[in-house]
Amino acid sequence: MDLYAENILDHYRNPRNFGSLKGCDHKAKDANPMCGDKLVMELKVTKSGKISNAMFHGIGCAISQAAASMLTEKLKGMSLTQAGKISNDDIYKMLAVPISQSRVKCALLGLSTLKKALAGKKKALGSKNI
Amino acid sequence: MGFIKDFPILNEKMNGKRLVYLDNAATSQKPVAVIEALEDYYLKYNANIHRAIYSVAEKATQAYENTRKLVSDFINSTDSSQIIFTRNATEAINLVAYTWGETNIKKGDEIIVSIMEHHSNLVTWQELCCRKKAVLKIIPLNEDLNLDLKVYQNLLTKKTKLVAVTQMANVTGVVTQLAKIIKLAHKKGALVLVDGAQGVPHLGIDVKKLDCDFLAFSAHKMCGPTGVGVLYGKRILLEKMPPFLFGGEMISHVTLKKASWNEIPWKFEAGTPNIADVIAFGEAIKYLQKIGMEYIRKFDALLLEYALFRFSALKGIIIHLPKDLSDTGGILSFNIPGVHPHDIGSIFNEEGVAIRVGNLCAEPFVTALKSPGVARMSFYFYNTKEDVDAAFKAAQKVYKIFGL
Repeated sequence: MDLYAENILDHYRNPRNFGSLKGCDHKAKDANPMCGDKLVMELKVTKSGKISNAMFHGIGCAISQAAASMLTEKLKGMSLTQAGKISNDDIYKMLAVPISQSRVKCALLGLSTLKKALAGKKKALGSKNI
Repeated sequence: MGFIKDFPILNEKMNGKRLVYLDNAATSQKPVAVIEALEDYYLKYNANIHRAIYSVAEKATQAYENTRKLVSDFINSTDSSQIIFTRNATEAINLVAYTWGETNIKKGDEIIVSIMEHHSNLVTWQELCCRKKAVLKIIPLNEDLNLDLKVYQNLLTKKTKLVAVTQMANVTGVVTQLAKIIKLAHKKGALVLVDGAQGVPHLGIDVKKLDCDFLAFSAHKMCGPTGVGVLYGKRILLEKMPPFLFGGEMISHVTLKKASWNEIPWKFEAGTPNIADVIAFGEAIKYLQKIGMEYIRKFDALLLEYALFRFSALKGIIIHLPKDLSDTGGILSFNIPGVHPHDIGSIFNEEGVAIRVGNLCAEPFVTALKSPGVARMSFYFYNTKEDVDAAFKAAQKVYKIFGL
């Protein structure tokens, strides 16, 4: 199967939930310095602990951008606990294209940024825009 | 000249397509003669070198030392004791930093490097400057992607102790004006270390004519095996430098309280060296000498010209080459706006074309090119026009997939 399947390219060309989230509750940035990918993820959480909105912005390859875009779609409506349980395999399943060893970091950048955001206290991490 | 038969790997397939190997700046392929030399040593005369009195070990010692002589002749060092074997060019540069650098660099001294350096010839000096509270200065680019020698002239002061500069940039293939750089440095009393990792395999070098003080390069980028680097240093400097690593081979006389050091070059070759790979490196040098460095340089230029002609036709492509191609080697780095270099690399891979993408171990340089990483094709004498055509076809596929 092709790495650049239509769903990947669609999310790369028209990323969902791309931009900054005003008044977000959780925020983190992460990067893959070797490839130059940078990502910021921001979450808004309801009092009951549900993710009401998730947005991302950054630069990177089609795989990292598409994975982050898909992830933000998936996050909406999830509880923080559920979001914390998202695994690498969940991301591979979501992407539904073969991820070779050299592209693993690209595929998982969104997830690692999310984990950083969840680990941080409200608005604790990386408030500087990239 | 039909080199393909000497490189069986070039008949291999990658992802079902003919392997088109365009990552020679990272490592070159190895001819059969080099692989056979490795096999020959291990099958017929494997023994530790030096100080043995049996014939097989003598043969191994002779073969090992013969490579030293071949390297010395190849770079015209005139004295093979000025050739030290290391693991790679990086270790050769570090050897100078940890021996000459530790003894000679003092607080407030200045070291000059260029913006075009590979991390190995940048970070090593950054760290030394940090340890010694010395100052690191950077030669910037001029308007045509070479080094700005006017600025360089002004960077040189009486405090400049070392200029560490590349012979050929690994990102753009630009060849620096070493003769001028060295002359100006020597006028101020500074030494010059040349990073020849990229340049020596494609241009050769004449250290006597250039009068550089140190030269570092790697065997594996010039048809040799991995695990062998070379440090050339002027005898007068090497003799004064303290050892880098301590142990067997590098000593002369040892008591329980102290030791004295062996003569150069062995003073800098502690422990059992990489005997097999050094021996095989000798075959690589013979192989290159048979082809001739002049031929390789001209071939690089021709293939680069052809690649530039083909790739220039791609809409919106950004090619990181100077306008004047007379001082470049066989490297073509590019960006396609709207496509990340990693995606370019993946699509080329699907087409059987091996290229390198990203910061290419030269992050400050790639940043200076205002690029988030580049895609790099790097050629050697066994590449063909068909290889460039295959790369071009892969590039067209990038355009198609991304709807450009």
